[in-house]
Amino acid sequence: MSSQVQTADGEAPQYYELVPQHHSAHGSTQIGFWIYLMSDCLIFASLFAIYGVLGANYAAGPSPEHLFNLPLVAVSTAALLLSSITYGFAMLDMEEGKQRGTVLWLAITGLLGAVFLGLTLYEFYHMIHEGAVPQRSAFLSAFFVLVGTHALHVTFGIIWLVTLLAQIGWKGLIPANKIRVQCLSMFWHFLDVIWIGVFTVVYLMGMLR
Amino acid sequence: MNAQTTDSLTAAEMAHAHPNPNAHASDSNHGTRRSYLIGFALSVILTAIPFWLVMADVIADTMIATLVIMGFGVVQILVHMIYFLHMNTRSEGGWTMMAAIFTIIVIVIALSGSLWVMYHLNTNMMPGHIMNPADML
Repeated sequence: MSSQVQTADGEAPQYYELVPQHHSAHGSTQIGFWIYLMSDCLIFASLFAIYGVLGANYAAGPSPEHLFNLPLVAVSTAALLLSSITYGFAMLDMEEGKQRGTVLWLAITGLLGAVFLGLTLYEFYHMIHEGAVPQRSAFLSAFFVLVGTHALHVTFGIIWLVTLLAQIGWKGLIPANKIRVQCLSMFWHFLDVIWIGVFTVVYLMGMLR
Repeated sequence: MNAQTTDSLTAAEMAHAHPNPNAHASDSNHGTRRSYLIGFALSVILTAIPFWLVMADVIADTMIATLVIMGFGVVQILVHMIYFLHMNTRSEGGWTMMAAIFTIIVIVIALSGSLWVMYHLNTNMMPGHIMNPADML
C-alpha cells in the first residue's frame, strides 16, 4: 500500500465490509426488477385512485350489480390463486435442479393464467355486448382501464412464460434462465397482489354499493 | 498482511450474515414447500370469506361490510408479500423493503389525496336530481 494512515496506538486501521457485497453476473437483476414492479405498482395506484373517484358515476347507465357476475369472478380468482401456488412449485423444482418438473409446473401456471385471461375477456365481451362499453359512463371507463391494464399484464406474463419455456427447452436451467424464472415469479405474484385489490375494490365493494 | 486480515474479517462477516454460504446468488428469496402451502391455504381462506360475505349478504350495514372486506384484502396482500414474494428486511441488504415502504407511502398519499380532494366532485357540478335551486344554497 502506498499510504498508511496510522491510528493513535500506531496500528494500521483495518477496513472491512459491514454489508457483504455480491458481485455475481446477475447480482443487481432482482433488485432492478423489484424497482420496476414498484413503479408498476404506482401505475395501478393511480388507476385505483381514478376508479375510487369515478366508480360511482354511472351516468344513468348500468351499475355494478347489473353487470358483475360474482361466481365468474370467484372462478377467475381461484384460477389466479392456484397459478400462484403452481408457480411456487415450479420455483421449488428449479431450486432442486429438476428441469422436467419446472417446465411442467410452469406450463400449468400458464394454462391457469390463460383460463383467467379467457374469463376476463368473456366478461368484457359480455359487457360490451350488453352496451356497457367504456364510453358509456365514467364508471365503465375507469373499470375497463383498471381491469384491462391488469389483464394486459397477465397477457404479457403468459407471453413471457411461453418464451421462458422455449428458452429452458433450448438451453436448460442455466443461471441466466434461473434468474429469468425468478423475475417472472415476482411479476406473477405481483399480478396476484394487484388482483386482490381489484376483486376487493371493484367487484366486492361494487356489489355492496 | 493487512489484506489477509481484511479478507478473513469479511469472510467472518459474510458467514455471520448468511449461515448457508450456498444461498448467495439468489439471496434468501425462496420459500419451502411448506411455506408455499401455508401461504396458499391462508389466501384461499382470506379470499373465500369476503366472497361469502358479499354473495350471501351476511352483513346488513354496507359501511361495516366494506371495511371488513377491505381489511381482508389488506391482510391477504400482506400474506402474498410474505409467503409468495418472500419479502423480508434482509433481502438485497434491505433495499427491497426500502423500495416497498417508499412505494406504499406514495400509494397512500395518491389514493387518500385523490379521494379526499375529489370527494365533493359531484357537489360542485349541476346535479340533475336537484330540482329546486334553493336546495343548492
